[in-house]
Amino acid sequence: MKEPESLLREARGILREKFLAADVGITGANFLVAETGTSVIVTNEGNGDLTQTLPKVHIVLASIEKIVPTLEDMSQILRLLARSATGQEMSVYTTLSTGPRRKSDPDGPEQYHVILLDNGRSTMLGTEFQDMLRCIRCGACMNHCPVYQAVGGHAYGWVYPGPMGAVLTPTLIGVDKAGHLPNASTFCGRCEAVCPMHIPLPKMMRHWREREFERHLAPSEYTSNLKLWAWFAKRPPMYRFAARLAATSLRLLARRRGRFSTLPMAGAWTKDRDLPAPQGGTFISQWKRQRGSRR
Amino acid sequence: MTGARDLILGRVRESLGRAGATGEDAARRERVATRLREHPKGVVPEPADGKDAVIGQFMAKAQAAGATVEKVKRDDIARAVSAFLRSHNLPQQLRMGADRRLKRIAWQTRGAPERRAGPSDGNDLAGLSYAFAGAGETGTLVLFSGADNPTTVNFLPENHIVLVDAKDIAFDYETVWSKLRRKTGAGTMPRTVNLITGPSRSADIEQTLIMGAHGPVRLHVIVVTN
Ligand code: SF4
Repeated sequence: MKEPESLLREARGILREKFLAADVGITGANFLVAETGTSVIVTNEGNGDLTQTLPKVHIVLASIEKIVPTLEDMSQILRLLARSATGQEMSVYTTLSTGPRRKSDPDGPEQYHVILLDNGRSTMLGTEFQDMLRCIRCGACMNHCPVYQAVGGHAYGWVYPGPMGAVLTPTLIGVDKAGHLPNASTFCGRCEAVCPMHIPLPKMMRHWREREFERHLAPSEYTSNLKLWAWFAKRPPMYRFAARLAATSLRLLARRRGRFSTLPMAGAWTKDRDLPAPQGGTFISQWKRQRGSRR
Repeated sequence: MTGARDLILGRVRESLGRAGATGEDAARRERVATRLREHPKGVVPEPADGKDAVIGQFMAKAQAAGATVEKVKRDDIARAVSAFLRSHNLPQQLRMGADRRLKRIAWQTRGAPERRAGPSDGNDLAGLSYAFAGAGETGTLVLFSGADNPTTVNFLPENHIVLVDAKDIAFDYETVWSKLRRKTGAGTMPRTVNLITGPSRSADIEQTLIMGAHGPVRLHVIVVTN
């Protein structure tokens, strides 16, 4: 057997014993169906199923936005979920649990408890973040995000990575603690383009940036540098002059090496990597040169 | 308990600009009741053309999801089940529930699989179930809990053989829900309804897709015709 396969076999054997021995199984829910009082779990592995079938007690912990009215509404979203998450047409196991085992049932839990959590959801309603309550956690936004691809999931520092995390985490732990997440976006818009629930993620990240600005949460060097930049940006000749000056002097300073391993005021950058020196002039001068040569 | 519930519902009403409302608003209640009663369909994929095409799509999709699939006549079920066990070098032993359709299978007297009744405790190599329905749109089997087909048979044995009557294969999930409502009554459900599409799998290790994570390693689907 190849390594991944033997690891999986090992995990299967060890976890199977734990599933069989457990007294209580706790699951979340992908959906809660109002029509029937059903909790729904979607997996490819079957772990969720062993959790809600073998122990004596099944506890469901889910937040209120998971509620859909009917089985038809669940089916409609189910068609989007696997396709957007893993590219499958349907995940292997979609399991609907309703109540404890019935009198004639030979297996299943003897108790079934559903705990509905608000956890900030009701206060998201009616705000510019309301659309986020439609999120089904498929992860499509994340898989298409250039920032997520570069930094990986752990860098988001909370439960939800990727664009959905950049929108959700500030609502859950506060923009003062998670304001850097909506700032770390190129606003390329791929997340919104692939989201099966049509959630306008970039727009909401922009709302977070506005709130952060309104509350003066950004560090002072950040705002003063932005002000400096704005002063130049509003005066194009000055901007060009300064850009030319910076590009030329940096090039001269870097000499033949073409890069800096230390630079005043850029210590955070040069701590882990070199800063390449500008080559071949400013954008405007290159633009002019290229247009000239094409004519 | 009720305190927290009222608090949350109160906040929901407030956020929706209905502060002070009590939830006794008759018009809103009626809208909710109508939605639940009529359960309107959303967007449903266009069905395959005709019953045979639906069955064909069911078999093709189940296969694409990693199941093995065959179509057999009712009288040939015993032979097909035995052949599956033999082809995988498995002992002729089966775990199965009390479904009448399972009992009626014409097992041969000699060499027939030994049948163990009741739920699985995890020590069975192969389980046999009779599905309530199939959904052709994705090759999905629909089973529900009870003494007829215990849920543990669906998950614990490494090999799961599932019979489904050709006449019970619908195209979309919505049709299956209508059938289930007719069977159990609207608004009530069995403890567990399982939608199963292919055998268990995981790609969590090195993104390599491997069959048989926590559920069956193999899923064999037998479409039964008369
Ligand atoms: S925001 Fe959209 S794409 Fe991202 S996880 Fe939620 S539903 Fe999926």
